[in-house]
Amino acid sequence: MNRFSYARPTDVAEAVREGSPGDVRYLAGGTNLVDLMKENVERPVRVVDINRLPLHDISDLPDGGLRLGALATNADTAWDARVEERYPLLSSAILAGASPQLRNAATNGGNVNQRTRCYYFYDTATPCNKREPGSGCGAIGGVNRIHAILGASAACIATHPSDMAVALAALDATVQVTGPDGDRAIPFADYHRLPGAEAWQDNNLAPGELVTAIDLPDERFTGHYTYLKLRDRLSYAFALVSVAAALKIEDGRIVEARVALGGVAHKPWRVKTAESVLHGETPSHNAFLAAAHAITEGATGHGDNDFKIGLARKAIVRALRQAADGTPQSQTDKRVA
Amino acid sequence: MASSARIGIGSPLSRVDGIAKVTGAAKYAAEHRPAGMLYGFAVSSGIAKGRITAIDDRAARAVPGVVEIVTHENRPRTAWLDRSHHDQVGPPGSPLRPFYDDKVMFSGQPVALVLAETFEAARHAAALVEISYEAEAHNTDFDKALAEKFLPAKKRNTFHPPKNRGDAEKAFAAAPLKVDAEYRLATEHHNPMEMHASTVEWHGDGSITVHDKTQGPQNVQAYLSSVFGISAKKIRVLNPYVGGGFGSGLRPQYHVYLTVLAATMLERSVRVVLTRQQMFTHVHRPEAVQTVRLGAEMDGRLTAILNSATTSTSRYENHMEDVVIWGMMNYACPNASGDYTIAPMDTSTSGDMRAPGAATGMALFEIAIDEMAEQAKLDPLAFRLLNYSEEDAMNGTPFTSKALREAFAEGAAAFGWDRRKAGPRTMRDGHELVGWGLATGMWDAMFSKTSASAKLSANGDLEVASALSDIGTGTYTVMTQVAADTLGLPPERITARLGDSDLPAAPVEGGSWGAASVGAAVQVACRAIGEKLLKAASSIEGKPLGSAGIDDVTFDGGRIVLKSDPAIAVEFTEAMRAADLQTIEVEETASAGISGMVSQIRKSRNTHCATFAEVKVDEELGVVRVTRIVCAVAAGRIINPKTARSQILGGVVMGIGMALHEETMMDTKLGRFMNHSLAEYHVPANADIDSIEVIFVDEPDPEVTPLGVKGVGEIGIVGTAAAVANAIYHATGKRVRSLPITIDKLQD
Repeated sequence: MNRFSYARPTDVAEAVREGSPGDVRYLAGGTNLVDLMKENVERPVRVVDINRLPLHDISDLPDGGLRLGALATNADTAWDARVEERYPLLSSAILAGASPQLRNAATNGGNVNQRTRCYYFYDTATPCNKREPGSGCGAIGGVNRIHAILGASAACIATHPSDMAVALAALDATVQVTGPDGDRAIPFADYHRLPGAEAWQDNNLAPGELVTAIDLPDERFTGHYTYLKLRDRLSYAFALVSVAAALKIEDGRIVEARVALGGVAHKPWRVKTAESVLHGETPSHNAFLAAAHAITEGATGHGDNDFKIGLARKAIVRALRQAADGTPQSQTDKRVA
Repeated sequence: MASSARIGIGSPLSRVDGIAKVTGAAKYAAEHRPAGMLYGFAVSSGIAKGRITAIDDRAARAVPGVVEIVTHENRPRTAWLDRSHHDQVGPPGSPLRPFYDDKVMFSGQPVALVLAETFEAARHAAALVEISYEAEAHNTDFDKALAEKFLPAKKRNTFHPPKNRGDAEKAFAAAPLKVDAEYRLATEHHNPMEMHASTVEWHGDGSITVHDKTQGPQNVQAYLSSVFGISAKKIRVLNPYVGGGFGSGLRPQYHVYLTVLAATMLERSVRVVLTRQQMFTHVHRPEAVQTVRLGAEMDGRLTAILNSATTSTSRYENHMEDVVIWGMMNYACPNASGDYTIAPMDTSTSGDMRAPGAATGMALFEIAIDEMAEQAKLDPLAFRLLNYSEEDAMNGTPFTSKALREAFAEGAAAFGWDRRKAGPRTMRDGHELVGWGLATGMWDAMFSKTSASAKLSANGDLEVASALSDIGTGTYTVMTQVAADTLGLPPERITARLGDSDLPAAPVEGGSWGAASVGAAVQVACRAIGEKLLKAASSIEGKPLGSAGIDDVTFDGGRIVLKSDPAIAVEFTEAMRAADLQTIEVEETASAGISGMVSQIRKSRNTHCATFAEVKVDEELGVVRVTRIVCAVAAGRIINPKTARSQILGGVVMGIGMALHEETMMDTKLGRFMNHSLAEYHVPANADIDSIEVIFVDEPDPEVTPLGVKGVGEIGIVGTAAAVANAIYHATGKRVRSLPITIDKLQD
């Protein structure tokens, strides 16, 4: 860990001023940043501790939606009565991730900004374009069972590790940010990005920009939803494949379908045109399978992770069935519903 | 009067060090902070093989607080001969000498040590040390290494070569039923909770005190003395508390070498703690491939066993394990042959990890046995009973005891095995396929010469001590119980001391020999105390015990009691006062010569277990849940059913990890293990562990060791992985022959 200067502002404008120049990192829960600093992956010259900013609240929005403060913890969010009642998919996804201790410390803003768990990204003795642009990708042709099957590039096959973000993608959340050039709202689908040639860029935040809140729209999907996470042990592991599924069913027919995948791409993976395959269908295995194929179209393995393609399709089918049947996956009973 | 609730051997005494551990009073190696201590941080090699061509440490030295950077270029002199770097339990070869020269032999090898006034400065500066290498071609691909497999002429002294019998090839060729398959086990790392660390106190008079994470303080003491040319008398190694070992601390690891090197060079106290990532740069369970060929008659009687295995080692040392002998010992079969080799790779040397050899070789063999049982259309338990061997079938010797049959019976009853449906995919629970699997486990019941001292104070308090280690297994508690049992004292009057090289000689803690060995030593020491007490009692006026000899009395409640008339008794304190003794001190040694063990050398000494597993596998997705384990253990006399049960539970959990999770993944291009953290190297989490029932079957065995104790540290892991693998087959019909069975292996 390198030496860095440290600031602890108490208001947002001051934080943005502190955070604007150069190699600065905002510190919230620290559950990811501090680990990365210990391993010399993140080497900020300045750390701006934002924990004193007034961004801890969860509050109702006038349009019926809900605003999640960037500094509300994952635990407080998952167990918030409004989140549990109105956005059970989000609550479930958060509880599928990490451990109680980590969720107590980790924040909502930090969660969506957490960095990949790619082995090569974490190991400074190895090549990684995300960590060190131009050094190459160790995972391509290397150990890649946890890597991307969709939307990857020749520069990077890392995945985004968040569970929460997968649910936020399915729910069409909006990320509120502020920065040197003022405030803006970023639709969740546009928040994270695919690696392309610029693997170091995880998302579309401009330098110095700070997440202040995540807004959930009024569409809630309380009846037909699930978060299904498949991983290398039954708890406390990052997703090999996860699926956030939400359906609106009227008169036995699907009128709206949302499916987002985690663990398979550099961002939560959603294909809106593929979701529309389900519109007007009655819930059935064949309809779900068709959607699964449409969503994973173009999936490519890199050796160790070839299995993820088939597994993702099966997981989508299963998740859609759980959602349609109104039997969402429990995050404590590890039997797959 | 006579104490009624005698707490001795067989009592479920809670561990006596428990409160110290949960309150933080127990200090571990990295928790000592002598005055003026420097912090060391190791720099690890980024290449697998080659030479260091340049070291640029200017930026690192410029960090405020940095005192020195040690590399091969400026290190002090250490012993020249290879043999001076050997330790009590290391394999044949040339042990690693950190900073010896510019040669890099494996990725992660320590190549520099930064010493600074603060940990933060040391860690930061370590990242600034620029090392240039000239890389050479390496091989860390086990499959390629197999081309170089060999059996070294110089064997490890604990290695037991397989003994062939009959004509296995011929019998196999003629057998109507055959299994012929290759099985694999991934590399595993021990990952004890406590990272390897040393704090060396520099006293300034040529002596050092070393607080080390080790399983053998006297092994470390002898090693350091030999390597650094310091008299052993001037080196005291302490490890009173060890946060898990599993074998990773049997040998002196490089952290202690680095720490002492720096302390002697700078003449200051130094602490070095490895990071979790660096815990993947030394010892590990070797990668293994095992080919099992079995032949049987149509009725299921085994006629041929051909068991062949290769495990990985480094290029500089030949680590060997007993991999293929277990199946040959355990099954009655007239024809059996074994073949074992090792394959060198450009990695650090593999080493012993919980039940080394057996956890690999018995587990993989037991999957093959399951396959043969199916071919013979026999229930897996019936198949094992049909081929049950009362004697050690490989060595042709009787066992001192083998209650495996009883373990099968009690385990099966507890599990409800008789309700198992034959054939795969025959049981289900909703959309989960249910599978029941069984495997046999086997391990050595070893005994190692051990000394212990005992000191009885005038107030009646007893201290027993030995230089053994307690790596979390309950050794303190066992020593306390044996002393309580022998001298009839309540445990709260007894203090057990261990983990100190100054204490009476003891082996490294490993191999499950600790309880049997130190238990015997404590017993003989306490008996000697008893004899001295009886002699002292003769000084009491009127000689209340008359001319009673040691066999005429018992010790109970701090008193010597006449057997023939329990109303006549003498307090220990009274006897000591009468003889004008402030203390009674003895040191005794328990060796294989006592208690008739020598005459029994022609017998085999082993523990056994029968492990039953239930898994539920999601039919579509291949998600596996291990819902029940019953582990029935035949391990002789159980000193403490509570700590012994904990050992079996731990072994079973580790076995579940072996079956489903644990795998260190090698990037063969870089020659480097990649998932070097506990986020990506998976051990079972709470959610992965459901019901585990431990049964100790009655197995009286006065011959095996002086106390009839066999040890339980390792047997719990041995049967588990195969039981789970066999259960997965029973559930799914999919035979996975490489461990761990991760979800990808269960996809269509």
